[in-house]
Amino acid sequence: MSVDTHTVRRIAALARIAITEEDAARLAPELGAILGFIEQLGEVDTAGVAPMTAVIPNHLRLRDDVVTDGGIRDRVLANAPQAEHGFFTVPKVIE
Amino acid sequence: MTDLTDLGIAAIRDGVRAGTFSAREVASAFNDAVAAAKPLNAFLVETPDHALAAADAADAARAAGDAPRPMAGVPIGMKDLFCTRGVQSAAASRILAGFKPEYESTVSQKLWDAGAGMLGKLNMDQFAMGSSNETSYFGNVVSPWRRSDGGNADLAPGGSSGGSSAAVAARIAPGATGTDTGGSIRQPAAFTGISGIKPTYGRCSRWGVIAFASSLDQAGPMARDVRDCAIMLEAMAGFDAKDATSLDLPVPQWEAGLNASLKGKRVGIPREYRVEAMPREIDALWQQGVEWLRDAGAEIVEVSLPHTKYALPAYYIIAPAEASSNLARYDGVRYGLRDLPDGANLQEMYARTRAEGFGDEVKRRILIGTYVLSAGFYDAYYTQAQKVRTLIAQDFERAWAQCDVLLTPTAPSAAFALGEKSADPIAMYLNDVFTVPSSLAGLPAMSVPGGVDAAGLPLGLQIIGKALDEQGVLNAALAIEERAGFVARPGRWW
Repeated sequence: MSVDTHTVRRIAALARIAITEEDAARLAPELGAILGFIEQLGEVDTAGVAPMTAVIPNHLRLRDDVVTDGGIRDRVLANAPQAEHGFFTVPKVIE
Repeated sequence: MTDLTDLGIAAIRDGVRAGTFSAREVASAFNDAVAAAKPLNAFLVETPDHALAAADAADAARAAGDAPRPMAGVPIGMKDLFCTRGVQSAAASRILAGFKPEYESTVSQKLWDAGAGMLGKLNMDQFAMGSSNETSYFGNVVSPWRRSDGGNADLAPGGSSGGSSAAVAARIAPGATGTDTGGSIRQPAAFTGISGIKPTYGRCSRWGVIAFASSLDQAGPMARDVRDCAIMLEAMAGFDAKDATSLDLPVPQWEAGLNASLKGKRVGIPREYRVEAMPREIDALWQQGVEWLRDAGAEIVEVSLPHTKYALPAYYIIAPAEASSNLARYDGVRYGLRDLPDGANLQEMYARTRAEGFGDEVKRRILIGTYVLSAGFYDAYYTQAQKVRTLIAQDFERAWAQCDVLLTPTAPSAAFALGEKSADPIAMYLNDVFTVPSSLAGLPAMSVPGGVDAAGLPLGLQIIGKALDEQGVLNAALAIEERAGFVARPGRWW
């Protein structure tokens, strides 16, 4: 499987990871080799096989739809790189 | 008096209960050993006060005549993947450097409730991605072992729980938590001559454990022997309403159930685990393991797991796919690093933060995961991998019709030198060839030391069991442990 630098840039954009042209040139053969390795799965006949959804049979539990741990704003914000007036802040997104 | 740091979990627990020594003496001895072992780079954060406080509580409870707790007086190391309230929990990454959780993981809370204390946070592969402990933002962990051939190379302690394996092998912790996604408890245990068990998926809560691949991640103990693993696993396991995949089942009394007689048990030898170019020493140890289990009363049967060869490629689709999703939360908004150049917009902030905060292997896996989940490739890669996963689980189901547990080598080699494989991701991934299939199937599996290679380095044997049969796994491992008489330990050079 050959991966070109255009593909690497597209995937990096989807993954929200900034890369340089040098990164893309280095990553293209690396990702190509890994994808070549995993492509051998195509040999396996999986007709009629259901994809696994749960590794151990287990019923999905639902919680009651209630707030159980409210009133901890400052703890929620404690590790924020930037918090102001009780909010997380981000760069301006609306002009 | 014996050096207290030579004692394992059971010996410490029993000694504290009997009053042979105090828990404070134990904690102090290990705190000193941790402080003196900096060259190993096993601990990222040292928490001697936590260990001493738990010890004092254990001593006070004993003086008051209170019923002893299961791990009272035992100080342990905590892998940095577990969130510990008020103590940095960074998954050995730059993006979480300085992150001090406002909450405690369920597993670590259970251990404190059982009376254990924390010596500190243990180094690991960044976000648990690696098989050699060379991807930590805080530098490599160095194995306490050295080759006996005069070569002085720094060796890999295995990964991703390499700080845990190094700490236990070096006698600077009697036990440590590990997590295993594709072999990250078992392979480092094998590389350092200790024991470690990954329980059935869902036995230990994943709540508060920094996520890598949620359908695979499972916590487990790493310790010097099988009994110590049983004690610690009992303290870690149990239902947790906060983890939707947690199994709502009682925790068996694994320590009380230990029994090395395998009479009436059948042990399967999977023929597909004879991989090409496996070192003769690994094959010889495997044969020796067969003889040990036969001696313990087991009947040996050959079994077939025909889809074994596809486990690794399936794993390297599923785990990165889940990782790309789980690690999307690191965007510089709620916690961790933020890289916001002047004039950058929100999207640029995300991309720069993630470029600066993640290491090369983490980025590589996020990119692979993003690729296999992207439009047009999802079915060819991800759905196909999940179907192959079903076939791998069915292989094991068929094997259980013929046997009770499986015996295999843990890793295809002894520990390699740091730097030896880091340039070739696929060569590194092949380290997990024997551990990944049981991970995909969610089965309990354990590594126990079996012997040493020509260079004096430890080699491990792996026992794989049926879902929820940790007892069968522990018992077969105990049968090996009793016969192997493994006493090798690293000479102290640090």
